[in-house]
Amino acid sequence: MTTTAGELRASYAFVERNINLVKRYWGWEIVWIAYTIANSLAVVLIARGVNSAVQEDALTQANIDKLVLFLAIGALVWHYLAVVFEVVSEMISWERWEGTIEYTFMAPVRRSTHMIGTTLFSLVYGMVHTVVILLVIVLVFDLDMSRANFPAAAAVLAVGSLSLVGIGIMGAVLPLLYPERGAQMTHVVQAGMVLISGVYISPAEMPEPLHTLSKISPATYVLAGIRSALMEGTGLTELWPLLVGLLAAGLVLIPVGVHVFGWGERYAKRTGRLKRSG
Amino acid sequence: MTVTSQTDTQAPETMIGQLNEPMEAHVNGQVTVAARSRGSSSAVADDHAPALEVQGVTKVFVKSPGLLARIRRRARSNGASASQTNGTGKTGGAGATNGALGNGDAKRVVAVDNVSITVERGEIFGLLGPNGTGKSTLIRLISTLLLPDDGRICVFGYDVVREDAQVKRLINRVSVEASFFKKLTPMENLMYAARLYGVDARHAREESMRIMKRLGLEERSASEPMEDMSRGMQQKVAIARAFLTSPSMLLLDEPTTGLDPHSKRAVQAFVRDIRREHDTTVLLTTHDMYEADVMCDRIAIIDKGRIVALDTPTGLKGQVRTDDGREPSLEDVFLELTGRELKNDEEAES
Repeated sequence: MTTTAGELRASYAFVERNINLVKRYWGWEIVWIAYTIANSLAVVLIARGVNSAVQEDALTQANIDKLVLFLAIGALVWHYLAVVFEVVSEMISWERWEGTIEYTFMAPVRRSTHMIGTTLFSLVYGMVHTVVILLVIVLVFDLDMSRANFPAAAAVLAVGSLSLVGIGIMGAVLPLLYPERGAQMTHVVQAGMVLISGVYISPAEMPEPLHTLSKISPATYVLAGIRSALMEGTGLTELWPLLVGLLAAGLVLIPVGVHVFGWGERYAKRTGRLKRSG
Repeated sequence: MTVTSQTDTQAPETMIGQLNEPMEAHVNGQVTVAARSRGSSSAVADDHAPALEVQGVTKVFVKSPGLLARIRRRARSNGASASQTNGTGKTGGAGATNGALGNGDAKRVVAVDNVSITVERGEIFGLLGPNGTGKSTLIRLISTLLLPDDGRICVFGYDVVREDAQVKRLINRVSVEASFFKKLTPMENLMYAARLYGVDARHAREESMRIMKRLGLEERSASEPMEDMSRGMQQKVAIARAFLTSPSMLLLDEPTTGLDPHSKRAVQAFVRDIRREHDTTVLLTTHDMYEADVMCDRIAIIDKGRIVALDTPTGLKGQVRTDDGREPSLEDVFLELTGRELKNDEEAES
């Protein structure tokens, strides 16, 4: 019990350190949030331009509004999941860049403690980012959220984050194994997920190979659940099978991620890859 | 100069019986007595175990060429095989050792070669050697940052591979590169370290200020970003960070490189004090022969991954004779035993 409490206290070291880093890199944070807002707005604006793109009134205003909401949810949820994934997978590349990786790895904390601290920070950081983007989107577009079931959407997002954390931990092994290009390799994982998870179109509309692949991505189910809750007002009663599935995926993917990372750490210590600072 | 002997591996008299009051450490919010007094600790695996036992440790790094280079070599090798008729069909042995390239495949670098040393509790043990001869690799092996290929390392009786969690609680390391989050202030970096090591936050703040002051850092420096500090100042913060966690064993890998003489002496005095007051065991690598001479109880000289001499500074100096009849210095011993020039640049190990 004391050990667990001690490890939990130690995990706060990573939260506090990352908050301090965000404060120090505030200029970069402003640039980053401006970039993500611009990206999200650009995606949502596609809905507004559909009719002029096909040069006919293919969609009614109601359908355009629906498409705006569909794309806005995709952009927001994906941004949140991408931030969580990126912060978790960056826990190694950041330390390589700063040159602190050896110090952190010889500290008397379990790797799971390291990951819990990083994950806690990533969830809070991702949520703050997403709320800022949401506020801007609401200001620019007149979103119809009258039917939205926010608690159900929040539950899907919270439970769905677990799977992404697991995949993020697996992704973090790449900078550990490949000091020079490992960080960039994690972007490949992200790009693959954005392609197959139905971020901007329904998986049902995807070409068959992608549609099949979409079934193995947890993000597909997170997006489907949140869209259902926010666009159709689906409640927790109807969403519980999805929540159970996402919870099960998270409970499998996090230990698998930790196991994969542990293997990567042993490999790095055997081959001397911790030292190179990329 | 000629080597005359290199036999004495006993701990010097000066280090025996230097027990003082135990150090209080505020760990996990509680005041505890740190496990560093010889024979009085429950935190160590074996109360009688030496601080450090390195037994027959070998570490080899294998460097594979890139995929394209391997394909090109394979193609060249196939072409050569086709034009030759030696009938063996063999293409050579596995990668060679000591930096030789084996058959165009992997390059094997033996960084540490069958090293055995024992460091007693409370001892300041020096490890000297030319650049790239395995000093830092050995420190990394002890620090649990590398896994040995062969042999065994125990810190206060704990095996660094099987019981790394216990080892990590007992050690800290200062490396030649002061590794910090450069945008953060010294205090923020030190608080990060304190939390990782379970040191109470309030105690850590007070202790950080005390140690930094002792090392000659001004109070206002504690709230300036690390990136605005000189290398010497950064190194002092690195040393403060190590001392803050009250390690039973301190691994100092060229800790005074880049420091001015005044700062260097402050660090040396602090290391001696912490050993005297808290019985901390210190493993020190340095290129400063004077520092090694005045600081270390015993010194091992390592060359090409092997220990070539191990003795007290006086004992080592007794092993060589100078051509002009003057009393040999540690530098004379070093040059005689390693046959290389002294360099002050950073170690260029793999």
